Amino acid sequence: MTTPVLSVRNLKVEFPTRRGTLTAIDEVSFDIGPGEVLGVVGESGAGKSITGTAVIGLIEPPGRIGGGEVYLRGERIDNLSQEAMRKIRGKRIGMVFQDPLTSLNPLYRIGEQLIETIQTHTTLSDSAARRRALALLTEVGIPAPETRIDNYPHQFSGGMRQRVVLALALAAEPELVIADEPTTALDVSVQAQIIALLKRLCRQHGAAVMLITHDMGVIAETADRVAVMYAGRIAEIGPVRDVIKAPLHPYTKGLMGSIPSLVGDSDRLTQIPGSMPRLTAIPSGCAFHPRCPRCFTPCPTFRPELQGEQKSQVACWLYHPFPVTAEAVP
Amino acid sequence: MIAYILRSLAQAIVVMLAVALIAFSMFRFVGDPVANMVGQEASMAEREELAQRLGLNDPFPLQFAHFVRDLARGEFGMSYRQGRPVKDLLIERVPATIELALLSSAFALVFGIALGVYTAIKRRGLMANAVMSLSLIGVSLPTFLIGIGLIYLFAVELRWLPSFGRGEVTRLGWWTTGLLTDSGRKSLIMPVLTLGFFQLTLIMRLVRAEMLEALRTDYIKFARARGIPERSISFRHALRNTMIPVVTIAGLQFGSVIAFAIVTETVFQWPGLGALFIQAVQFVDIPVMAAYLMFVALVFVLTNLGVDLLYFALDPRLRGATAAPAR
Amino acid sequence: MRAPTARQEGLGARLWRAWDSDIAWSFRHSPVAIAAALVVTILLLGAAFASLIAPQNAFDAASLNLMDGFTRPGEASATGRVFLLGSDDQGRDVFSAILYGSRVSLLVGFASVIFSIAIGVTLGLISGYLGGRTDAVIMRVADIQLSFPAILIALLVFGVARGLIAPQYHENAAIGVLIVAIGLSNWAAYARTVRGSTLVEKNKDYVMSARVMGRPAFAIMGQHVLPNVIGPVLVIATINLALAIIAESTLSFLGVGVPPTQPSLGTLIRVGQQFLFSGEWWILFYPALDLVLLALSINLLGDWLRDALNPKLR
Repeated sequence: MTTPVLSVRNLKVEFPTRRGTLTAIDEVSFDIGPGEVLGVVGESGAGKSITGTAVIGLIEPPGRIGGGEVYLRGERIDNLSQEAMRKIRGKRIGMVFQDPLTSLNPLYRIGEQLIETIQTHTTLSDSAARRRALALLTEVGIPAPETRIDNYPHQFSGGMRQRVVLALALAAEPELVIADEPTTALDVSVQAQIIALLKRLCRQHGAAVMLITHDMGVIAETADRVAVMYAGRIAEIGPVRDVIKAPLHPYTKGLMGSIPSLVGDSDRLTQIPGSMPRLTAIPSGCAFHPRCPRCFTPCPTFRPELQGEQKSQVACWLYHPFPVTAEAVP
Repeated sequence: MIAYILRSLAQAIVVMLAVALIAFSMFRFVGDPVANMVGQEASMAEREELAQRLGLNDPFPLQFAHFVRDLARGEFGMSYRQGRPVKDLLIERVPATIELALLSSAFALVFGIALGVYTAIKRRGLMANAVMSLSLIGVSLPTFLIGIGLIYLFAVELRWLPSFGRGEVTRLGWWTTGLLTDSGRKSLIMPVLTLGFFQLTLIMRLVRAEMLEALRTDYIKFARARGIPERSISFRHALRNTMIPVVTIAGLQFGSVIAFAIVTETVFQWPGLGALFIQAVQFVDIPVMAAYLMFVALVFVLTNLGVDLLYFALDPRLRGATAAPAR
Repeated sequence: MRAPTARQEGLGARLWRAWDSDIAWSFRHSPVAIAAALVVTILLLGAAFASLIAPQNAFDAASLNLMDGFTRPGEASATGRVFLLGSDDQGRDVFSAILYGSRVSLLVGFASVIFSIAIGVTLGLISGYLGGRTDAVIMRVADIQLSFPAILIALLVFGVARGLIAPQYHENAAIGVLIVAIGLSNWAAYARTVRGSTLVEKNKDYVMSARVMGRPAFAIMGQHVLPNVIGPVLVIATINLALAIIAESTLSFLGVGVPPTQPSLGTLIRVGQQFLFSGEWWILFYPALDLVLLALSINLLGDWLRDALNPKLR
């Protein structure tokens, strides 16, 4: 069995506030294999972005990692010094954010930004770095790169900018790319192109991808496996086809039922009653229990853990032996 | 780009005319120009003749047109109080004020930016907090108290620096400067510090706020995610983006510096325009007040123009480059 | 747990909610804010009750004795009176002078701030509601006010008013003119904030329905806009108060502020300056200290208030 590129174990991120400590993600665990695309899906506020930010070590104080470990190819990275982590960023883990307009410094030409990134992680000379930058631009599909390389970000359209952003994230050939809502800020027509480009580039460079999005359609198209997050925890994780066709967790079932579909005979979209709890008011036991149509005895009291065979795991008492009394908690 | 410049120029002219209108109204409606210029014993006939000569019986727009024409020629009339042409007074005093203002602005800019960057980068350090607290005290200290304090310390107790005046000045054409003599330079130190101090705290707080804001942006986050070293992030990225609003605001402040000089000039008995203006207000010397007003307006307008052009040069987004066709 | 409706809440519950609110929490946990509030309260009370506290009515010439002049702080004068903070050349008790002087300074400061708020809020509402030409003009004027230094605007208004008002009324009108002058130099910030809020409210449905029902939309908007802007207006007001007090003291120092018969702290400093260099430092020092403490604590409160009300920092 190969070492997974990324291995997250019981990761916890906390935010101390005046009124106590808020837990943004709580005991999150998953693996990403080499070249694999893991989709992380969930509603706004479920903790997807924070998971990505925590992996790359960019949680801003006062937030902090409150527990758990993150391993990159077997080496532990969550407890490294600032400087050691900086060397990993860009070189071994790349990250792409939602809005390409605000991701690029408006005062510098994209060539300058590319060369800066390249020279941070390699010892290439200026001209060599520029050649590499041109090659990257061609790879992401920017036409006439020799001219465009000296343009400013505002001179590009939204889709073009996101391509530039991809070029920047991949410039140092990272092993893992975290893409945080990479298409949300783009026109629908452009979204598909960017996703396809992301997938192709990562395949070519041999990089694994953590694709964070709330768009189930994107996941279905692109991901190999998917993790469904709810209230800072993972509800279910498994191969994409399985999770979509035969979801296990009641929340996932609800999610699938609420997606409009062009084929099929559903004439009503099912809505999950209620809304996801805020960080300040996460229910006891299973976080989903107040809204769950299958809620039963153990759910309000005992929190289910992700369990299952290697590939498909679900955190729900419907599928695992459940405790009846307090003493029986595993 | 040409359109941009022309538009700025047009706005500048409009502002100048508006201020001229205010100045003119002051002339016409505040006090009696005739009574101010002749003595008590003048007869009705003499007053009438003077009124005629001054054009006071002409319709308002015509008078205003004459006024503007005179202004353009640099004719501001005669000072009620000193009996001399205001133009001469202006020429005498402008260099003192401009020299003071320029040096103060330079002082405030250099140290303000340096301290602002320092307190932004070292957010929670002891030194940074100390500097921030001092800046708060600085904002609460009226300028004249700072001046008095400095005079007491350096002129009275330590006797290092002169307590008033410009010292020896060198005449260069119609300009006078204190920078070329030892006593001139010594006389400049305290006034420059006093006038520049408020500016400095302002710029420092501005730079700090802008840097902190810049350090929170997405492009900084993305730069960090690419492993760019923190030093580059602070200076190459955040600072560069901060400079645009800072320089523009600092530039716009220059007009204020000229006006603030009023207090500093009074405290240090500096022979500049500000001191002249205060006397004019005390004695309701309208021509001098109006002239000062026009001068300050001119400085404002010119600095605004300058800042617009500077902004243009610094921010590539304004340089008319258009976005590529969408793909 | 459902919160009780307004009618059901007793006074006790309301007070508890206020105490427990974010702002009160922030206040209780900020030693700087507490200290600043304390200082301001002391100075305010001193000014308000000056006539009760002051050992001497400092500005009644009849109560002064030249023989008391130039007494050092804490010492007894030639006539045996002890002056807490010393006396000036006329035998005036510096402590009493400060109490009365700060009264004038605070009066002018508060009044001009209220004046600024009145103008600024009104213009902001009008500008936001009417939009179009009126909006453009008002905002342009606001821009000009913001870019011209307050001192200059105040001096100009003062000078012009002086010319317009006959000399015999100068003294009586001086304080009023001063309040108007300083007030006119500080309204733009309020106008901008209120205008912004008005623009947001203007597009909401209840304005439309109010119009349909025949209620004057203007009144309704006022009713809804004002609660939203109270926070920012308060922050601007505290900082402006400090600025107004400094502005008044500067003008009085320059000799174009309050009349000599009603000296403020600025006037006292002006008087004290003459004696600073000959050794009687206390005549200038204590009024200056009072002024700086006042401005500093108001500024600190303003800073705290701004941070406490800033949604981004919560």
